[in-house]
Amino acid sequence: MLRFLLRRVGLALVTLWLLSVIVFLASHALPGDVGRRILGPFADPRSVAALDHALGVDRPLPVQYASWVGDLLRGDLGSSLSFHVPVAQLLGRGVVNSLKLGMVAFVMVVPLGVLGGILAALRRGGLTDRVITIAGLSATIVPEFVSSIVLILVFSVALKALPISAQVPPDADPLTQIYHLILPALPLVLVLFGYIARITRSGVVEALDADYTRTAVLKGLSWGAVVVRHVLRNALMPTIAVVATQLGYLIGGLVVIEVMFNYQGLGQLLYTSAQQKDFPLLQAGVMTVGAVYLTATLLADIGYSFVNPRIRLGGAE
Amino acid sequence: MSVAGMAASATQQRREARGEVLRLVARTPTVVVGGLVLLLWVACALFASRVAPHDPIAPDILHKLQPPSVTHPFGTDSLGRDVLSRVIFGARGILVVAPLATLFGTSLGTAIGLVAGYAGGFVEEGLMRLTDAFLALPAIVVALLALVALGPSTGAVIFVIGLVFAPIIARTVRAAVLTEANLEYVQAARLRQEAAPYVMFVEILPNVLGPVLVEFTVRLGYAIFATATLSFLGFGIQPPAPDWGLSIFEQYSFLVGGLWWPVLFPALAIASLVVAVNLVADGLSQALDR
Repeated sequence: MLRFLLRRVGLALVTLWLLSVIVFLASHALPGDVGRRILGPFADPRSVAALDHALGVDRPLPVQYASWVGDLLRGDLGSSLSFHVPVAQLLGRGVVNSLKLGMVAFVMVVPLGVLGGILAALRRGGLTDRVITIAGLSATIVPEFVSSIVLILVFSVALKALPISAQVPPDADPLTQIYHLILPALPLVLVLFGYIARITRSGVVEALDADYTRTAVLKGLSWGAVVVRHVLRNALMPTIAVVATQLGYLIGGLVVIEVMFNYQGLGQLLYTSAQQKDFPLLQAGVMTVGAVYLTATLLADIGYSFVNPRIRLGGAE
Repeated sequence: MSVAGMAASATQQRREARGEVLRLVARTPTVVVGGLVLLLWVACALFASRVAPHDPIAPDILHKLQPPSVTHPFGTDSLGRDVLSRVIFGARGILVVAPLATLFGTSLGTAIGLVAGYAGGFVEEGLMRLTDAFLALPAIVVALLALVALGPSTGAVIFVIGLVFAPIIARTVRAAVLTEANLEYVQAARLRQEAAPYVMFVEILPNVLGPVLVEFTVRLGYAIFATATLSFLGFGIQPPAPDWGLSIFEQYSFLVGGLWWPVLFPALAIASLVVAVNLVADGLSQALDR
């Protein structure tokens, strides 16, 4: 178990390191120097050179990389070029806001997706199964900004049931905040529903076909007891793991949703920093996304291995 | 039966099996519906200038934001441009960019997967870690990062989407290559002392084309998703092009005022295209699985 844990953590760290190299190289691929970008095209070349020197961007790339990673490890994320405040402060607030939006989406989609998947599997091959599978597949593949438009038109413009703006005063009570987050969360729910339902469905189908299910049926258990005690208990394990890996897709979707609904989260920060070429913010934001995703998959792996003795004991490695 | 005769009959059987798959695919109702919608959009892209009633780009400020009518069945947008014509012309950009991006990503991913699966050892470990690092980021974030480095352009969008897909395809191909690499025909080729590139691309590649083809069709749906999203975010095709995602970005602030037509029609166009491609891809992969 310890070896499995160490190996997983080690791999995650290697992945994170490679990610830092990719992020660093990508943000230094752009020609033109940083001082010129900050001071504008009409600045005196001497002041540009002086600023470059002060920022340390006139040093060789490996030296810059080392000092960037050193700063990251010490928790010093630098300060944003476009907002002129520390990156850590911006990212902190953004992550909290995105977390709220993500939680609202997750709380809605996980029960729906699991329920849909179970229903489809129990009616395998029937009309219910086809409808859930095709609707799920279609909802997954339609971009969030497209489904947002239909949802805004229906719930906000026609029915006037949900507010169109996601941003509420920060001191608003939690219920008001959640109320404002329902509409932005719905497109994310649509995208994730198909994935979760599909994984749940295949897990349940596999469990239904297993020998232990046939044994349970043959020994005279009621169908309800077979499904709850034997099928679901075995089928929901892979679903746990998949739900965690969907976090990555969720964060990707947040970029679009937060731009669309003008919500001040991590996604909008990434978008603004990419547009403004605000490299300290962009680099730190991308590394945050990577770290969050890797931690989530790591936790899912570990959680999954606890419920699945085959992995814990090293048999399936 | 002679050896040549057996080979000929094997080829014959394979051809019949392939025909059977195609017949199966063509008879599934969801595939037929998806295929027809897809054909409609391809036709729009090919004959846009003949089908579209108006110029998709020239502004007509005097007739801006007109609701749907006989002269403008889909209404006009905030610059007075005919929404129907823009939707018809908009099929062009996305139907060029998405397939090219998918082709690039599939080729790159297949090459990486072949090398990783066949070479093994350090090469495999290194390539797989690198794909892991890419997969640890949501596709949109990788795309933002790369587009910042490259600047927004159609070529950059093709490159970026291909780059995002390559690791996913590489993993599928590697898994397929790992099972092939132990088979006799590969060992025979090795004993003949064929060069590694020959074994990979001439011997193994044709035998893993099935999963590659399925990946291609599935990825095509996601490529349309990604192309439209990047256009919407302003990192793709640039104004005043009649692109669907871009049109939605330019016009969606009018939604609050109830001006739905400049936004809803391009949105429905994107939705119908991705769902159509997905229905065809789903039918194809189910038929090939059988």
